[in-house]
Amino acid sequence: MIARLRIPGVGDPALLALVLFLTGLGIAMIYSAGLVDVPSLATGIWVRQLYWFGVAIVALAVTSRFSLRFLEWLAPWAYGLSVLLLILVLFIGTGPNGSWLELGPGRLQPAEVAKLGTILMLARVMGGAPGPYERLLELWKPAVITLIPFALVLRQPDLGSAMIFGALLLAALFWSGVPLFKIFLLASPGLSLLLGFNWIAWGVGFLVVVAGLYVHRLFILETVGVLLANVFTGALTLRIWDSLADYQRNRLLVFLDPDIDPLGAGWHLIQSKVAIGSGGVIGAGFANGPQKRLAFLPEQHTDFIFSVVGEEFGFIGVMLFLVLFAFLLWRVLGVASSMDDRFGSLIAFCLFAVLLTHIVVNLGMAVGMMPVVGLPLPLLSYGGSFLLVLYAGFGMVQRVAWEA
Amino acid sequence: MKGDNEHRSIRRQRGRWAARAIFFCLSVVAAGFINLQIFSSDLYTLRSSENRLRTITVPAPRGTIYDRHGRAIADNVPGYDVSMLPGPRDSISAGLDRLAERLELSPERRAALLSRNRDRPGEALVVRENANFEQVAFIEERRPRFRRVVVDQRPHRRYPAGSAVAHMIGYVGEISPEELTRPEYAGYESGRSIGKAGLEQQYEHRLAGRDGIRYAEVNALGSVVRDLGVAQAQAPVPGEDLHLGIDLDLQVYADSVFPEGMRGGVVALDPVTGEVLLLYSHPTFDPNAFIGGIPLDLWNALREHPDNPLLDRVSNASYPPGSTWKLIMSAVGMKTADLAIDTYHTHGCDGGLWYHTRRFRCWLSRGHGRLNLSEAIKHSCNVWFYQAGQRIGLDPLLAGVGEFGFGRTTGIDLPSERPGLFPDSRQWYDDRLGRGGWTEAVVWNLSIGQGENEQTLLAMAQFYAALATGRAPVRPHLVRDEMLAQRRADWTLDLREVQRRQLVDALARVVNEPGGTAYGSRLARWTLAGKTGTAQNPHGEPHSWFVGFAPAYDPRIVIAAVVEHGHPDGAPSLAVPLAAGIVDRHLEALGLPPEETPGVRPTEALRVQAGG
Repeated sequence: MIARLRIPGVGDPALLALVLFLTGLGIAMIYSAGLVDVPSLATGIWVRQLYWFGVAIVALAVTSRFSLRFLEWLAPWAYGLSVLLLILVLFIGTGPNGSWLELGPGRLQPAEVAKLGTILMLARVMGGAPGPYERLLELWKPAVITLIPFALVLRQPDLGSAMIFGALLLAALFWSGVPLFKIFLLASPGLSLLLGFNWIAWGVGFLVVVAGLYVHRLFILETVGVLLANVFTGALTLRIWDSLADYQRNRLLVFLDPDIDPLGAGWHLIQSKVAIGSGGVIGAGFANGPQKRLAFLPEQHTDFIFSVVGEEFGFIGVMLFLVLFAFLLWRVLGVASSMDDRFGSLIAFCLFAVLLTHIVVNLGMAVGMMPVVGLPLPLLSYGGSFLLVLYAGFGMVQRVAWEA
Repeated sequence: MKGDNEHRSIRRQRGRWAARAIFFCLSVVAAGFINLQIFSSDLYTLRSSENRLRTITVPAPRGTIYDRHGRAIADNVPGYDVSMLPGPRDSISAGLDRLAERLELSPERRAALLSRNRDRPGEALVVRENANFEQVAFIEERRPRFRRVVVDQRPHRRYPAGSAVAHMIGYVGEISPEELTRPEYAGYESGRSIGKAGLEQQYEHRLAGRDGIRYAEVNALGSVVRDLGVAQAQAPVPGEDLHLGIDLDLQVYADSVFPEGMRGGVVALDPVTGEVLLLYSHPTFDPNAFIGGIPLDLWNALREHPDNPLLDRVSNASYPPGSTWKLIMSAVGMKTADLAIDTYHTHGCDGGLWYHTRRFRCWLSRGHGRLNLSEAIKHSCNVWFYQAGQRIGLDPLLAGVGEFGFGRTTGIDLPSERPGLFPDSRQWYDDRLGRGGWTEAVVWNLSIGQGENEQTLLAMAQFYAALATGRAPVRPHLVRDEMLAQRRADWTLDLREVQRRQLVDALARVVNEPGGTAYGSRLARWTLAGKTGTAQNPHGEPHSWFVGFAPAYDPRIVIAAVVEHGHPDGAPSLAVPLAAGIVDRHLEALGLPPEETPGVRPTEALRVQAGG
C-alpha cells in the first residue's frame, strides 16, 4: 500500500521534497500576505521566515543524524526541558498571549518545543511498554506525560496548542493498539465537558458510556473512575462557561454564527470566508487579493495564511494545496507504518497526528467550520518556532525512514 | 520479540484507518471550500465589493436656465465639496471635530450632520459644500489625518444676474429631512441640493438630471485607498436646460429703476403667448447666497426683515387693485348692465356721492362734472363707477367678476402662486360679517377696487392681456414652451369686439390725452394704453398701480406694476413711470418701428357716434 523508497543517509526523499516545496510555497504566500496597502506587521516578514527556514534545515539535518537509541536517551531530557520552558514562560513570557520567550536574536514558543518533547517522551514510555495496554489504569504514565504540558499551555492561555497535546495522547494510544473503546472511555470526560451545556445531551452521552462499560465489563475501579470523571466534567461545564469573559465565549460561539459579533470575534471568520469565497474558482492571482491588500483579512500571514491562498489562487489552488498536504500526511504515515521499531514508529505517527490536527483545524477555521482557536498551518504559516520544531520532527522521521 | 508481529498487524490495520482519516478529514475541508468558492462565490464576491467599495454620489449638473436671448440666468460653476465616507459614529464625530474650525461648522450644523449620519449611516456625509481654496488646501495638506474625507469637484449653481432674478428663479439648497420623506423626492439622498423656490423648485425634476455614482476603494480602516473614478461607475445625466421668455435685460433694468427703498413688484407678459417677459419683486435678495448653505444669520435676517425680501410680490401677494379695477367693472357692466362707452349716469361728479347718509368720495374733490364711461376711465372718476356698480347690482357684480377668473390662480409655472381675493356671493359677507352686518354699499367700494377686493399683479396682467388682444386669455408662463403657450385660462372676456375696442381706446386716452391720469408717462414713439390705480390700504399711504399694454392697437407687452405706498397725497404715482419705462425699453429691444402718430385712434363706431 505504501511505496517504499528509502535512501540511506536521507530517508524518504519524496517526503523531504514535499516538505521543502511546501515551505517554499509558504514563504511565497507570506511574501504575498505582506503586500498590503496599509502599514502592516506582515510586510517584509517573509525574509525572517527565510532565515528561520535556513535554521530549520540545519535542525533537520542534525536530528536526522540522531540514532533512534540516542533519541530515546534524549527523550526525558527534551521533555524535562520542555516543561521547564513552559513553566518559565508563565512567568517571563512576552507577546500578546505571553507565549513567547525572548532568546537573544529571536523568540521561541515553548509550546511548540513541548510538542516535540512530549512526542519523544510518549514514544519512549509507550514504545518500551510490553504490548498493548490491557487496563485503563496502566495508562497513567502517558496520561500524566501529556497532562503536564497540556495544563501548562492551557494556563498561558492557548487553547489551540493545548488541544494538540490531547490529540497526541489519543494518537499514541491509537497507534500502540489500545482498543478504540478504551480510547473512547478515556476521552469521554472531554466529551462530557462539551455535552454539559445541555443536561439531556449529557445524559444521553452518559448512558452511552454506561452501556459501553456494561458490555465491555471493565474492572470496577476503572468503571467508577470513568463514571465519576464524566459526572465531574459534565457538572463543571457551566461553571467554566460562567467564568469566561464575554469575548472568550464569543470566540467559541462565533463559528456557529459569525454575525453575533461581526466586528469582534466574528470579524476573522467573516473576513476569511469573504476572502476565500470571493476567490472563486481561479482566484484573484498571486499577490492580488483585494481583501488581503486592503487589510480586511486579519492574521493573514499566520493563522489565516490559507485565506490568502483561497483568495489569490481560487478553488483550483486550494485543491492543489490539499493534494500536497494529503501527500505529506500519507508519506509520514507511510514511515510510521513501515517501521517495526515501536519507538520510531510512534514518533512518526505522533508527528502525523500533529500535522493532521493542525491542518484540519486551521483549514476548518478558515472556511468557518471550526471555532477560531489559533492553530498555525504547518509549513505555510509564518512562525519560526513551529517551523523549527516541525523540521526537527521531520529530521527524526527521516531517520526513522532510513533505519526502517 | 514476542510483541513485534502482533504490533505489525495492529499497525497495518490502524495505518489503513489513519489513511482513511486523511482522506475523510481533507474531504470535509474540501467540501467547505467547495461551498465557499463554488456555490457561494457570487455572494462573497459581492460582500468583498461591499467591504471595499464606497459609493460616492456624483451630482448631475443642473440644467442651465436661459433667458429669451440665450443668456444664462442660472448656470453652474465648479466648486469643492467636502464629504466624509461612512464609518463608525465615533470616528465620524472625531473627524467633524477636526474639521469644524476650518470649515466653519456651527455646533448646529455639526449636530445636524451627526443626526443625519445616524439616520442614514451608509451614505457619504456632505460636510461642506463649496469649500474655499484655503479649506481644501488645509485638508489636502494633512491627508493622513483626514483619510475618511473626500474632496470632490462638483457643479455649483450660479446666478449671474443675482438679485435681479431672485424671485423668479428661486434658489437651491440642501434637501431637508422633512423633504426627504415626501414622495416627490423619492430616490433623493440627504445632502443633495434641490430647488427650494421659484423655477428651481417648479422644474426640479427637469433641472435635476440624474446623479451618477463613483466608487472609492477603502481599506479595513475606512481610509480611501484609491478613487476608481467615474469611468467605472455610472456617469451623471445632466439636467435639462430651460429656455425662458424672460428678457434678462428687462429684469436688470427693472432692478435698476425700481424706486429705491420702496416695496412692490412688476410683471410683464407677451399678451399673445402668455410668456412672462419680466417678473421682478422688490426688495430682493441674492440667490447666490444660498449656494453651499446659507449662513444662519443671513437667513434669519432675510426672514425677519420687515420688508420681507423673500416674498414674491408678483405671484404671492395681493393688493387692493384700486382704479385699475375700473376696467373689470366696465367689462362686467357692458356684459350685464347695458353700460356703453358713452353712458352717462344720473349724477355728475361733484367730488362725491351720498349713499344714504354716507358720502363716498371721488379722488378729485372738486369733481369731474358729467362724464361718460370713456371719460370716467380717462379721469378715473369714482363717482361714475359708484353709480355703475349700483346699476350692475351686487349679485351680478360678484358673478361677473368670478367669470373673469378673479379669485383663482392664473396657473403660472411657479410653485406657490396665491390667488387674489374677491367675494363669490352674498354668503361670503354673511359668513364674515353676519347677516345684516353689512349693506349693499359694499358694491360701491368694490366698484373702485377697494373693499373686499385684493388682486395679484399676475391676475391683473392676465385680464388686461385678454382685453388688449381680444383673444382667449393666456396663462402666464415663464418657460418658453409650445404646450404652455397653447394653454388658455378657463374663462373668456366675452365682450363684443367693438366694446373691447372702445375700452382699449379709453385706456389709450388715459395715457395719451391731456388730462388722462397717466398723461405724464406717455411714450414718444408708441401708444401706451393703461390704467393707473391708487389703492387705499390700512397700512399707510396708498399703493401705486399701473396696468397697461402697448402698442395699444398691436399689443406686444402687457405690464402690471405696483409700488406699495407709492402714491402719497400730492406726490406722483411711482408705478406709472416705472411701467412706462419698462414698456418703452422692451418695445425698443423688440426693434418695433415707432408709430407715426402715437395716440388714440378712435374706432369708426365711436367716431360716428361722437360726430352725430
